[in-house]
Amino acid sequence: MAEPGQIPNPWPEMTDIATLEQETLRQIAEAADEAALEAVRLAALGKKGAISALLATLGKMSPEERKTEGARINLLKDKATEALAARRAELAKEALERRLAAETLDVTLPTATSPLTRGRIHPISQVMEELSVIFADMGFAVAEGPDIESDDFNFTKLNFPEGHPAREMQDTFFLTPEAGEKKLLRTHTSPVQVRTMIAQKPPIRVICPGRVYRCDFDQTHTPMFHQVEGLVIDETTHMGHLKWVLEEFLKNFFEVKGVRLRMRPSFFPFTEPSMEVDVQCRRQGGEIRFGEGEDWMEILGCGMVHPNVLRNCGIDPDVHQGFAFGVGIDRLAMLKYGMSDLRAFFDADTRWLEHYGFRPLDFPTLAGGLSA
Amino acid sequence: MKFTLSWLKDHLDTSASLAEIVETLTRIGLEVEHVHDPAAQLASFRIAHVLDAQRHPNADKLQVCMVDTGDGAPVQVVCGAPNARKGLKTVFSPPGTYIPAKKITIAKGVIRGVESAGMLCSFEELDLASESDGIIELPETAPTGAVYAQWAGLDDPVIEINLTPNRADAAGVYGIARDLAAAGVGVLKEREILPIVGRFPCPVGVKLDFSDADKHLVPFFGLRLVRGVKNGPSPAWMQERLRAIGLRPINALVDITNYLTFDRARPLHVFDAKKVRGDLVVRRAVKGESLLALDGKTHELDDTIVVICDSNGVESIAGVMGGEASGCDEETTDVLIESALWDPRNIAHTGRKLGIVTDARYRFERGVDPAFALPGLELATQLVLELCGGEPSEPVLVGAVPRERTVVDFPWSETKRLAGVDLGPKQAASLLERLGFNVEGDETRARITAPGWRPDIEGKADIVEEIVRLYGVDNVPSTPLPRADGVAPAVLTLMQKRARAARRALAGQGLVEAVTWSFVSSEQAEAFGGGATALKLANPIAADLSDMRPSLLPGLVSAAQRNVARGLGDQALFEVGQIFLDPSDKGQRLAAAGVRRGLSGAGRHWSIKPKRADVFDAREDAITLLQALGVATGGLQIIPGGPDWWHPGRSATLQFGPKAIIGHFGELHPRTLLEQDVEGPIAAFEIILDMLPPPKAKTTKIKSKLEISDLQPLSRDFAFIVDKTTAAGDLVKAVAAADRALIVDVSVFDVYEGAGVPEGKKSVGIAVTLQPREKTLTDPEIEAIALKIVTEAGKKTAATLR
Repeated sequence: MAEPGQIPNPWPEMTDIATLEQETLRQIAEAADEAALEAVRLAALGKKGAISALLATLGKMSPEERKTEGARINLLKDKATEALAARRAELAKEALERRLAAETLDVTLPTATSPLTRGRIHPISQVMEELSVIFADMGFAVAEGPDIESDDFNFTKLNFPEGHPAREMQDTFFLTPEAGEKKLLRTHTSPVQVRTMIAQKPPIRVICPGRVYRCDFDQTHTPMFHQVEGLVIDETTHMGHLKWVLEEFLKNFFEVKGVRLRMRPSFFPFTEPSMEVDVQCRRQGGEIRFGEGEDWMEILGCGMVHPNVLRNCGIDPDVHQGFAFGVGIDRLAMLKYGMSDLRAFFDADTRWLEHYGFRPLDFPTLAGGLSA
Repeated sequence: MKFTLSWLKDHLDTSASLAEIVETLTRIGLEVEHVHDPAAQLASFRIAHVLDAQRHPNADKLQVCMVDTGDGAPVQVVCGAPNARKGLKTVFSPPGTYIPAKKITIAKGVIRGVESAGMLCSFEELDLASESDGIIELPETAPTGAVYAQWAGLDDPVIEINLTPNRADAAGVYGIARDLAAAGVGVLKEREILPIVGRFPCPVGVKLDFSDADKHLVPFFGLRLVRGVKNGPSPAWMQERLRAIGLRPINALVDITNYLTFDRARPLHVFDAKKVRGDLVVRRAVKGESLLALDGKTHELDDTIVVICDSNGVESIAGVMGGEASGCDEETTDVLIESALWDPRNIAHTGRKLGIVTDARYRFERGVDPAFALPGLELATQLVLELCGGEPSEPVLVGAVPRERTVVDFPWSETKRLAGVDLGPKQAASLLERLGFNVEGDETRARITAPGWRPDIEGKADIVEEIVRLYGVDNVPSTPLPRADGVAPAVLTLMQKRARAARRALAGQGLVEAVTWSFVSSEQAEAFGGGATALKLANPIAADLSDMRPSLLPGLVSAAQRNVARGLGDQALFEVGQIFLDPSDKGQRLAAAGVRRGLSGAGRHWSIKPKRADVFDAREDAITLLQALGVATGGLQIIPGGPDWWHPGRSATLQFGPKAIIGHFGELHPRTLLEQDVEGPIAAFEIILDMLPPPKAKTTKIKSKLEISDLQPLSRDFAFIVDKTTAAGDLVKAVAAADRALIVDVSVFDVYEGAGVPEGKKSVGIAVTLQPREKTLTDPEIEAIALKIVTEAGKKTAATLR
């Protein structure tokens, strides 16, 4: 029966449908891989396959015979097709399982650190941003000025009398005098207040953060440190407003529900009345908690801007008035985040920076809270 | 300023407790820094009687004492003091007592087999002497069982206040009592000081030898002789008070001047009249004059310093310190008492110039009460007569006590205006009057005259402070600061935003932020382009902190080296901060810089090839920073090379044109590192943030239109051979310029030198991405562009296809 060019029917005698079925299903089940299974499919259902050959015999049958034989042969074809599909799926599943078994990796191997986990923001920068977030919400702009200042802006305009001890070489850094003005390194950021008052008409609300310099070097003093000062000048702002601003500032900065402040009269050349502010705290085993306790910690100096300072900056003290305050940024950072030695801030020991520093994306915001 | 509680009570009639007094002082601006209550730490030490003392059976130098502590049966104490003996009255501390000098708490113990239930003490152990050679010996009359400190009169608390420079009036105990009385704590004991009737004219005359322009230097000078005095130790009460505030009693005459300095803020001076020749002349010193002063030092004087002279020459530095030659000692029988007024600024100048810090200078330079100059002389005379006897002369008074007082025209509304406190005129006036102010006026305003002891009062703000100080600044009601309606507006300037963004961007690159000193050593400054004289400190705190930094790099480099010395070899540090090109305002620039040393990135790791930080890491940091700051880098030129401190072959200058240099990146010059003792190589960059072009002002936030093509981009690779020295950047530029419409990206995927490439040449692999715009490109069109690319590259960089 074989035609030229065709694969011979492997089972020429196997016209017994039951036998054919049994044999075909066995071969499908035994096919070990895709290729073997394809060979079985061709032998059974290919153009010259055994089942295809059986189907071809239908044409020569009588209608009655075709009816009964046709049903049997088609049933056989369906069974074979189904078995082939099932076996194929099974083989695919086994193949995948073998691949997966071969692909297994040791997922406990540590991965390399990413730049975002290695980078750090210095606590001073972080605290400066925290401060500007709080004060921006209260309408304060951020004013900055040069570190190298004139005696006039650092002392004279701020009502420091001639011969005041702060003007001495043992307290203030001076630059080598060349022809012209004697320059110094600002001892506070108050000259920025002066510059702001000269440049801008009231109302004024600014904070002035920045580096300041004094001749001092021990565990709690460094020749360079950071300060933020605040200044409000308008026609109505008084000591009560000052107190409120400081309460809001400290409460939000330390992220506590509330703080009690204690104000004491004090003296600064550039404010009158002048006050020092103590903040309520609890000292516990070397740790300081704010917003609770019965202890006090001196934290900042403040007062109403001295009429002489206003006059020196071209502002009439009978029309305009306002307050100023100043606080150490490094000290605020130490109190909030618990560093003990100021000198370490400027030593750049990467172990310290990694420990006390902040992650690159730890942005202080009001919406999200100042610190993570 | 120190004083004791009993001293205060000499001037203040009060039943207030120590705690109340301390709290009030702080509240009214006389901040209490420290209260030392010797009785508190000595409360357990009691007077005891040694009933018997026997040699310790097991130790030659110890004795076993039976001690009556006044508390029942005698106790047994082992004692090592040589003077422990039968019958001695001494001081005993039971087990559980804290021994201040030794900072220990004693316990019951067994010493060499003998029980010991307490300790017999020395003055040293009680912190009452710096050394002792045995236990305390008390008179036989000392009552056994009594608390020693009470019996010895050591229970007078010492209060130390941190006096602000404006409060000269509180530099005396009397002034402090006056402030407390005004604050409602007790009543000031005002005692009349009666003039002393002189028995004879003062034989020593006084001349104030000043030009009219200098008269302010000594407005008034008072002098009196007391002859026939008997100088010796001052009485115990005076010595105890002086000791309590840290002064050393010397003799009665000197102690009286010190006592009144603290009691009344009235410094005085006493001369031994027998050592003074002729009349006293007060004048400016002459250059070349000098004085051996009471501090034992010889001070060189000049004409800025006021002195008191006799015919022997200079005897005293006015208002600051007396001379050794005319000082009073135990032999003194005739004493000249001086009470004068000096110019505060001149005294401050003299004290500073000579480096003399005295209690007299402290008070004179802050301003003493002129009106008390004469009463001070009377009071001193009275004390000399009481303590040393003698016969007083009539006073010599030269010049005149200034009578001018500061008068402030004060609207009562000022208190509400500045302090937010609404006190009625009556209440405010009464507070002021209690402080010694004179108030005349009506319900709306008053003429307020400041008392002579308040030289700090200048104007209305000072009056407000006085009122609020006594009312209590803590009672000022907290008042919300009015805020703008709606959302708070943005406040940061462009540079402030850049500084913040720079920090976050560089930290995001894995760099750690350092904050280093604004000053560096002059070697460092010079090595990094600085060192100008105008930027050197005249008085640096240390030799290596002498010059304002011209760059952030020296600070970062030495920080990296310090970490290397700690064993932390891989460093990635940055700083954003000010640098100084000259001392003018504009000479200060804001820079951002970073250094990398050792392995870059994550360091040694199984998943990556470890790589030393190099010029390309620095370039990535710099370019990433610019892009994070939103700077358009299209026109950025990267010119090989930089200033001296950069490696000549591994660095570049970043600029938008020859006059718009924004910074550098690269490896630091090995010589520069060597000179700084830094172990390199170090890759670094520094960008001057002020030099970056500002963003273009835009009227809308709408971004330019996005065009997304439906056509697929296609990529072609080229391998060019160029000279080894040809900059890859130039080749990339040439290729990109071949067709600006269709070429959207040019990248270098390979650089190769070696086998297969001619000597002196390198192969550069370039991938070009083409984005068809209107229609798919045909093969001939693509070929044409490729040809153009090759031609352009050949023309501009002599590149040939490999």
